[in-house]
Amino acid sequence: MKAINIKKITSQRLFLPIFCLALVLLVNIITTPNFFQISVRDGVLYGYMVDIINRASELVILAIGMTLVVSASAGTDISVGAIMAVSAAVCCNILTGGERAATELAAPLIIGLLAALAVGVLIGCFNGFLVAKLNIQPMVATLIMFTAGRGIAQLITDGQITYVRVDKYKLLGSSLPGIPVPTPFIVAMIVVVVTSLVLKKTALGLYIQSVGINKRASRLVGIKSVQIMFLTYAICGLCSGLAGLIASSRIYSADANNIGLNMELDAILAVAIGGNSLGGGKFSIAGSVIGAYTIQALTTTLYAMHVSSDQVPVYKAIVVVIIVALQSPGLAKFRKSLAQKREQNAKLGKGAA
Amino acid sequence: MKKKFLAAAMAVVMAASLAACGSGSSKETPAADGKETPAADGDLITVGYAQVGAESDWRTANTESFKTTFTEENGYKLIFDDAQQKQENQIKAIRSFVQQDVDYIVVAPVVETGWETVLEEAKEAGIPVILSDRMMQVSDDSLYTAWVGGNFEKEGETCANWLADYLDKQGRADEEINMVTIQGTIGASAQVGRTQGVENVLKDHPNWKMLDKQTGEFTQTKGQEVMESFLKSYDDIDVVICENDNEAFGAIDAIKAAGKTCGPEGDIIVVSFDSVKAAFESMMAGDLNATFECNPLHGPRVEEIIQKLEANEEVDKIQYVDEAFFDTSMDLESILKERLY
Repeated sequence: MKAINIKKITSQRLFLPIFCLALVLLVNIITTPNFFQISVRDGVLYGYMVDIINRASELVILAIGMTLVVSASAGTDISVGAIMAVSAAVCCNILTGGERAATELAAPLIIGLLAALAVGVLIGCFNGFLVAKLNIQPMVATLIMFTAGRGIAQLITDGQITYVRVDKYKLLGSSLPGIPVPTPFIVAMIVVVVTSLVLKKTALGLYIQSVGINKRASRLVGIKSVQIMFLTYAICGLCSGLAGLIASSRIYSADANNIGLNMELDAILAVAIGGNSLGGGKFSIAGSVIGAYTIQALTTTLYAMHVSSDQVPVYKAIVVVIIVALQSPGLAKFRKSLAQKREQNAKLGKGAA
Repeated sequence: MKKKFLAAAMAVVMAASLAACGSGSSKETPAADGKETPAADGDLITVGYAQVGAESDWRTANTESFKTTFTEENGYKLIFDDAQQKQENQIKAIRSFVQQDVDYIVVAPVVETGWETVLEEAKEAGIPVILSDRMMQVSDDSLYTAWVGGNFEKEGETCANWLADYLDKQGRADEEINMVTIQGTIGASAQVGRTQGVENVLKDHPNWKMLDKQTGEFTQTKGQEVMESFLKSYDDIDVVICENDNEAFGAIDAIKAAGKTCGPEGDIIVVSFDSVKAAFESMMAGDLNATFECNPLHGPRVEEIIQKLEANEEVDKIQYVDEAFFDTSMDLESILKERLY
C-alpha cells in the first residue's frame, strides 16, 4: 500500500522539479541555520526566503513567456534579456523627459509603464512575425533582437544610465506601503495566476501544445498555427517588457548594458529545470515557475554559504548538471528498465516457487 | 531574361568595387611616401583613437578629454572611432587607421587578449600604438609604445588609508572593525587591483576584519542583492567597500531596506570607487561616505607622450594618471560644478 503511494507521488509530473528545489533549500538547514527565519523589518518581511521569492520575480515572469514560446515553436526566444533593456530604457526615457537623470516625473507614471509594455509586445510581434510567418528558425530570428536590442536601448538612453529618482517609480521594485510582501513577488504571482487561468479556461493552452507537437496537423484540424505561434512570441515580449520594468524599478534607472544581461539563458534553464521538453509540445507553467525559483534559491544559497565569487559558477554548474541529469529522458529510461527487471525477477521468483 | 539581367548587374557592381579597391590603394601610396613630411613641416599630427564605446559617464568624459586635447589649434587631427563594446570593431578601426596611415594610434581595448595580429600590422607600418585605460596581454610588449591609465591598486590603498584616517578621527582606531567588500566583475583589472590595494593596507591593521567578499559584477542590482545577503549573515558590519559607485548605490538601498543607516551620520560606512556624478549626489544626500576617483582625463597625458616621441625622447612604458578622492567633508557642490564627468 505504502509503496503504491510513493510511486504515485514520484510519478507526478512536477515531482522532480519540486524535489530539486527542496534539495537546494534543504542544504541550508545544515549550512545556514537561520536561512528559513523570517522577521518583519520596517513593515516588510525580511529573510533569505523573502530574498529568493523577491529576486526570482523577473525570472519567473520571463520563464512563463519562454515556456509558451518553447512549447509552440520548439525553439527559444533568446532576445528576452535585450527586450528587458529596451523596455526599461523606453520607460525611463519617457519618465525623465529625455534627460539622463530626473527627480520629478516628466510624464505620468502610467504612460511610461504602458509604453514599456507596448514596446515589449512590439518586439515580441517582430520576433513572432519572423518565426511564425517567415518560418525562420526561432534562435536565428530572435538573435536579431538579441544583438540589436541593447544597441536600441543605448540609442534611447544616449548610452548612459538614466536615473528616475522618484519614490513612486521605486514602488514596483521594492514594496508598497502597508503591504509586507515585496511588490515584484505580487506582480509575478498575478502573472502566474492570470496565465494559468487563461490557459485553463480557454482552449489556448491546448492549441499551443498541439501546434508544438505538430504544426501541420493542427492547421489541418482548423487551428490557426501561424497565429498561435505569433501570439506566444507576443506574450513572451509582454512578459519581458514587464520583467524589464521590475528590474529597472529596483535600481530606479535604465542601465542598457546590464538590465536583463544573460537572463535569457536563465529563463531557458528555468523551463528545462521545470521538466519541460525544449522540443516543444506539452508544457507545465508550474514546472517553469518552480525552475525559476530553484535557480534563485541556488544563487541565494551560495551567497549564504559564503562561497567565494570566483568559485560560484563552478558550484552552480555542478548543481545544474545534477538537476538536469536527474530529469533527463535517458535516466528515466534507465530507471524504468531497472523497475521492469525487478518486476520480472519477482515474477520469476514466484514462478519458481 | 531576368537572370541574365541580374548577372549583368552583378558584373557591373563587381567591376565598380574592383575599381574602388584600385583607387583606394593608389591613393594610399603617395600618403605613405610623404609619411615623415607632415610632422616635419609642422603640419597636423594625425591621431587615431579606437574608443571602447560610450557606456558610462566615465567613458564619455574620457572621449571628451581626447577630443578637447587633440584639436587642430593644438596641431592635431583626431580620427575617432566608437567600437560599441566590440573587439572586432576595434580591430577594424586599427586596420583602417593603418590604411589611412595615421601618425599615432591610441586604443582603449575592450578586452585584454587577441591583439597580436593587428598590432603586428601597425608595427610593420611603423605607427606607434599607445594604450589607454585597460591593458593588453601580448606576448611581445614592444608591440605597444606606452600605456596610460589609472593605478587600481593604488586606488585601493588610498581608500583603505582614508578609512584608517576616518576611523581614527572618530576615535575608533583601536576598535574591532568588521568589513565586507562588494567586488567588481571577477578578473577585471579594476577588481583585481582594488581588492589587492585594500588587502595591502589591511595587513597593517590587525583590528580590521574582512568578513566576506562577493562579486556585485559592477552593477547596482547585484550590489543590492549581495548586500542583502551580507546583512543577513553578519549583524555587525561597520564598513562596506564597493568596487564601483553603482554597487554602492545598490548596497545603500539594501542597508536602508534592512532598517539600518549608512553614511557619515549612520551605522555603516560606505565607500566606493570611480566617482561618477551620481556618487556626488549620493554623498550630498548623506548616504555615501567617500568615493575614490578613477581619472578618465587621459588625453593630456597621451599628448605628452606623443610630444616626447615627436622629439625622439624616451617614454616610460607604464604611466599612471593622477587620481584624487572625495568625501563628505569637502565642498562637494562646487567640486561637482567644475567636474567634467
